[in-house]
Amino acid sequence: MCVFAGGALPLASLLVWGLSGLPAFGDFHGAYALLVDRIVVAQRHATDAVTAVNFDYRALDTLGEEFILFTSVAGLAVLLREQRGERLRAITRGAGEHHFQGASYALRALTLVLVGPVLVLSAYIDAHGAITPGGGFQGGVVGAAALLLVFLGGSYLAMRRLSPHALVEAAEAAGAGGYALVGLGGMVFAAAYFQNFLGLGTPATLISAGTIPLSSLAVGLEVSGAFVLLWAEFLDQALVVRGR
Amino acid sequence: MEALRAVLLVLLALGGLAVVLTREPLRQALVLGVYGLLLALLFFVLQAPDVALSQIVVSTVGLPVMILLALAKVRAHDHRKRRGEQ
Repeated sequence: MCVFAGGALPLASLLVWGLSGLPAFGDFHGAYALLVDRIVVAQRHATDAVTAVNFDYRALDTLGEEFILFTSVAGLAVLLREQRGERLRAITRGAGEHHFQGASYALRALTLVLVGPVLVLSAYIDAHGAITPGGGFQGGVVGAAALLLVFLGGSYLAMRRLSPHALVEAAEAAGAGGYALVGLGGMVFAAAYFQNFLGLGTPATLISAGTIPLSSLAVGLEVSGAFVLLWAEFLDQALVVRGR
Repeated sequence: MEALRAVLLVLLALGGLAVVLTREPLRQALVLGVYGLLLALLFFVLQAPDVALSQIVVSTVGLPVMILLALAKVRAHDHRKRRGEQ
């Protein structure tokens, strides 16, 4: 008890001292952010500063992040591959037509009805990255969620038919490569990697801000592919791969 | 706005506690999803809709689905073992 008090009291007083010296909630002095906020519309014709930073000012950082996602999903696919002695077989009878116990037809139908609107929302968020909040990553995860809805409301087989592995892998790779190519375009048509080389257009219109919408679409494709692949690998493990 | 922020922060503290105190993995995955949704609401209230959008999908759909599928796999494995099947 004495030892505990001897440690806890100084720690508590240090903590209180430290917390009392914190700046107020929302107090912010980031010079870079304030600068970007001031110049982004004039300089890049993008009305969403966050996307402009991600896909233009700090596009190289995003390239690194994108490859982190790509590499981790590739690693997962390698780790969860069909291994020696494992057989691809449905674990329970009817797992291929898997649907959730207790889910009524109305609920399942409603889930499937939502697939279309969610896909449209995803494309909207991807395409309007430079204008409104959102962008490639956000649109990408929403798009992947649409395919997951097919599994939740319909069946495992329908999801696999709609998103065959080869196609999803190709889409992911095309997205990752496409984003790197946008950067390369900056080198070819302008002076530096990821320099914005397209016409900037009128701010707050669909085709504006130069390469930002292109980057956004490429990243959206990559992120959608990555998440669908991730879930598909897990689904395979849970529903069809059988241990030795 | 100030009140909404305060309410959300308190709810988040309680939610985090609930996630930690839920010991059954299946329930924990669901509680974690609700916690993620609260977090997304806080991001939205703090005027970071970009972060809120990704937060919603990643933490209320992405992560719980992965946990649930992993649990399904583990349980199927245990089930077979109990039946003495290879």
